[in-house]
Amino acid sequence: MGILTNQFKDNVFFATSDSIINWSRKSSLWPETFGIACCAIEMISAGCARYDLDRFGVVFRPSPRQSDVMIIAGTVTKKMAPIVRRLYDQMPEPRYVIAMGTCAISGGVYNTYAVVQGSDLFVPVDIHVAGCPPRPDALLHGFVELQKKITGSRVFRKEEPSAPTSST
Amino acid sequence: MTDVNVIHETTNEHGMSREVLMNLGPQHPSTHGVLRLLLTMDGEIVENIQPHIGLLHRGTEKLCENFTYTQIFPLTDRLDYLCPPSNNLAYALAVEALLDIQAPERAQYIRVLMAELSRISGHLLITGALPMDVGAMTALLYTMREREMVMDLMEMISGVRMHTSFCRVGGVREDLPEGCAERILEFCDIFEHRISDYEQLVENNRVFLSRVENIGTISPEGAIALGLSGPNLRASGVDWDIRRDAPYEIYDRLDFKVIVRTDGDCYDRWKCRVDEMRESLKIIRQCIQQMQPGPFLVDDPKIGFPVDKDLLAHSMETHIHHFILAAYGFKVPKGEVYKAIEAPKGELGFYIIADGTEKPFRLKVRAPSFVNLQALTQHTGNMKYLADIIAMLGSLDPVMAEVDK
Amino acid sequence: MSDLFPVEKIVEHFYDRVRIDDTVTDMACVIVNPNDLVELCSFLRDDAEFKFNFLSDICGVDFYPQLPRFQLVYHLFSIPYGWRLRIKCPLEDPPKAPTITPIWCTANWHEREAYDMYGIIFEGHPDLRRIYMWKEFEGWPMRRDFPLQGYKDKYNPFAPEKPTEQHSQLGKTL
Repeated sequence: MGILTNQFKDNVFFATSDSIINWSRKSSLWPETFGIACCAIEMISAGCARYDLDRFGVVFRPSPRQSDVMIIAGTVTKKMAPIVRRLYDQMPEPRYVIAMGTCAISGGVYNTYAVVQGSDLFVPVDIHVAGCPPRPDALLHGFVELQKKITGSRVFRKEEPSAPTSST
Repeated sequence: MTDVNVIHETTNEHGMSREVLMNLGPQHPSTHGVLRLLLTMDGEIVENIQPHIGLLHRGTEKLCENFTYTQIFPLTDRLDYLCPPSNNLAYALAVEALLDIQAPERAQYIRVLMAELSRISGHLLITGALPMDVGAMTALLYTMREREMVMDLMEMISGVRMHTSFCRVGGVREDLPEGCAERILEFCDIFEHRISDYEQLVENNRVFLSRVENIGTISPEGAIALGLSGPNLRASGVDWDIRRDAPYEIYDRLDFKVIVRTDGDCYDRWKCRVDEMRESLKIIRQCIQQMQPGPFLVDDPKIGFPVDKDLLAHSMETHIHHFILAAYGFKVPKGEVYKAIEAPKGELGFYIIADGTEKPFRLKVRAPSFVNLQALTQHTGNMKYLADIIAMLGSLDPVMAEVDK
Repeated sequence: MSDLFPVEKIVEHFYDRVRIDDTVTDMACVIVNPNDLVELCSFLRDDAEFKFNFLSDICGVDFYPQLPRFQLVYHLFSIPYGWRLRIKCPLEDPPKAPTITPIWCTANWHEREAYDMYGIIFEGHPDLRRIYMWKEFEGWPMRRDFPLQGYKDKYNPFAPEKPTEQHSQLGKTL
């Protein structure tokens, strides 16, 4: 806080409660380490030294009980789908879902007997990050878009009647 | 084997059951993907391991029966997603054997170069992931830094970081770009020192050694009976490497050592891979040195796109061949072939039955990780505790997309 | 490769129970009936002239609508000599074959995969159950009469509808 330190007279700051809550939520999004397939490798790369996710406040947590966001990275098969749903149910609210990669968004190239054609068939998805696999920069962009979505969401205030319900 | 839902009721003198059925579920930081292990445990000691796989089964083989031969390349990429160019190479060799053609020399050099770069990339992940599984988390960050360099090279050559789909039947998609050879040699110089860094970081650490030495020992006969291949087999003392013993492409012109170790424990499997990365650097340097200019795709308009794109503008016949190839694909005469290569994980084989049309009749992938993972079910030496299972799993290096196809 | 490999010795030993497949050009290939499979495999592994100690792969094939409908293809490798051999074993419908798990323990999962994908029953297998698909799945996915997209359910709304029970060619799991 270099240039702001010790600059102001005794004063009172005003802000909306929603903006403070949203600011704190978006600045420390903790995903659970849940890589399924190839997209998981790009997710790991995004978390490593070059495309550092830590500077966004993103810390990977092993347990769903301690995480805010679930990144579905990879193809979800019909055998795996109930498990992904169970993990989603174990996450405390507010929780968000990023579908990373075309397989998670729509089944990708695998329109077969064993693959779920899109994770929004069993979990509500907030952000789709397209690519096969999406570059780590694309995942970073996905996180930034999620942050924008959180910034605009209503926490204490009532939802507007025509507004789509958020996933929280 | 009995039904997994039954907990074995063995009571001790206080009338309590001893064994516990524990689920090391598909979502776990150290299961290397979606693998579910059902462990029958007596306290901390593991009595029985039952892997449940198939959580990433996508139906690749059935999909391949509905795709043309060129369309299958992206599907092979996604088998072992740590080293896509190796899978492409194996599949391209199988189809070329069916067609009875050979890729031009420069294309073979490029394919071997990409395969060895991908071997480094694949081994780098496990070089960092095994220490991370047993607790030494720094190693992964260092190896991923090098992996980024390899992915940069892949991007320079093929345009994509992962899932390159760079090979074609009869050669490669494009020639190497300008300045690529210098960048690769620069990488080789930097990387050689970095391998010594990892060894220094981890190898002599007492805690790491006590976690991986003498754990999960597999004898040579046991390894052969289990069908292990690649570094897992060579760590147990069996001296067999397809690149040297049944050479394909231009491996017979290259000079490299095959790393064989004797103990067959987790440490030996890890160390085998570290040393193999050094040998891959040697191979890459020799490829760059020996490569001569030339065509990068076979000169048969019925099989590959024209190397000289100007022909498309001038020659009607080339145009027609190009259209048929792009719209329908090339027909492969009736026959069958099993072609195996030395992929980073082991023997990767493709068994293709062709029936004269543009799509294969049957395509079977002999996935090395599928066979390697089975070693977990056999009680190998000294694998008593839960922590040893994790170390064993890391050292076998399964990639779940390959296990489940 | 096949010049040095004495495939005729196998035929000599087994007379007309084993025959050479001439249509295969990339490696030596023999065709054997399911009843003689275990004996042939034991012989190939234990005989000092062959020493096929490595089982590379077991592959199931469905030739529907031709007969015999199913085929099991085994790929063997001899590490001491460097030879490869393919063994084909035609099976009728419903397909049954003996297990070779006592000979090479790696066959365990390969046979489970062939069972899961084609419905081939391996007699004597220690643990024959599905390996890729979930336990309650109905049908044998790799068979040629099973659709690529499977049948319509909540996870794949684009797939064709399941046929009725009378028309069903689905197999039930054991």
